Amino acid sequence: MSESVTHAAIETVAQDSYGRLIAYLAARSGDVAGAEDALGDAFIAALRRWPAEGVPEKPEAWLLHVARNRMIDAARRKQVQQKSETFLQQITEEAASVAATQEYFPDERLKLLFVCAHPAIDPSAQTPLMLQTVLGVDAARIASAFLVSPAAMSQQLVRAKNKIRDAAIPFRVPEPPELEERVSFVLDAIYAAYTTGWESLMETASTHHALASEAIALGRTLTQLMPHEPEAHGLLALMLHCEARREARYASDGDFVPLDRQDTALWSQSMIDEAETHLHSAAGFKRMGRYQLEAAIQSVHASRAKTTHIDWKEIALLYEGLVRIAPRIGSLVGRAVAIAQAGEPLTGIFCP
Amino acid sequence: MKYALLVHQSQEHFDRRNDKAAVSAGRAYAEALQAAGVFVAGAGLDSPRNATTVSIRDGKRQVHDGPYAETKEFLAGFGIIDVPNLDAALEWAARHPAAGFASLRYVHC
Repeated sequence: MSESVTHAAIETVAQDSYGRLIAYLAARSGDVAGAEDALGDAFIAALRRWPAEGVPEKPEAWLLHVARNRMIDAARRKQVQQKSETFLQQITEEAASVAATQEYFPDERLKLLFVCAHPAIDPSAQTPLMLQTVLGVDAARIASAFLVSPAAMSQQLVRAKNKIRDAAIPFRVPEPPELEERVSFVLDAIYAAYTTGWESLMETASTHHALASEAIALGRTLTQLMPHEPEAHGLLALMLHCEARREARYASDGDFVPLDRQDTALWSQSMIDEAETHLHSAAGFKRMGRYQLEAAIQSVHASRAKTTHIDWKEIALLYEGLVRIAPRIGSLVGRAVAIAQAGEPLTGIFCP
Repeated sequence: MKYALLVHQSQEHFDRRNDKAAVSAGRAYAEALQAAGVFVAGAGLDSPRNATTVSIRDGKRQVHDGPYAETKEFLAGFGIIDVPNLDAALEWAARHPAAGFASLRYVHC
């Protein structure tokens, strides 16, 4: 088999399965950095052996097998506690059963997302941690998107991973009543990946903000992992609506074009449609939340492409709901603007 | 995993520690820890007013009175609990009846 074909196969596996492999290994050892090292070694072994031996029938199982052996070796070298040995024994058995059956190995990415957005983790490390572990985004790229030095970023990531391991932050999906709050941390961390891009957009005047597609990928993953969580759909709809207007946001001379003056022909109708589908699924659960409201406001703006006017009364109403759920400065300003546009400026200014 | 549960209280809370309600709540909490099999060690601490500090400067021992509580809340007690993970430790910390806040530290052993 030619080397380029093998490399392409390895890249495909890395793209499709990196987060799943890390999540699987880390959920069993409690050690994210250890899982990354082991999987890194497994990919190196694949680069060395697959060109000669051919791509294995089940590449993920092959990588898991090699990574697991690496973790056992590393654990032996460190002479770790009895407890870790038990974990590794468990991985050995599970990896063997994965290799023996046609079934896919279990998806632990949701647990990994909850670990990354655990309140015991430094808030500024949560989003970078997700990008790195779930999507495999390069640390240097994350650093540049967050406008910090690569050294500072990797230090922050190492610190967070050490805490996960040493303080034993559990790989688990929280149960109600804790669940609702913990989900909101995961949502906020994903949304931060999207909005972080906006800051770098100002700096570089680029029309594409750095982490938009990664943030949307995380949002998509979350809707797959939590299909019954309306806010996950709401968040994805919000990001898709914003992203749909990327081409219309700047004029050819680089000037910013406000939303209500954008050329709707430049909006991506396919993204708008996808956003609407998610917003529709979210509504089916009859549990309103911040991201659904924000997405709904974007949805009203998006309908200008068809109706040619903006229903400010509708927007004002949605902001009213948003101010109740999340009284932040942005939603207060948004509400005032919407009320003023709807033709009731005094209420907009004087009503708290 | 063993965690040190460091319980911080305000002076106001601390002054009420011998009230009947506080004593029975404290006892119930200790019993719950025992019943769950997670209790390793623990104690309430005397007032920081009666604390004595030892410091070593250039190999010499210096003893002085204090520290006086400069913050609104101070360390009033500690416990060591043995639980599977941080979330379980956080559950116990949140149940402490007299904590203004409690911090958790993983114990190396």
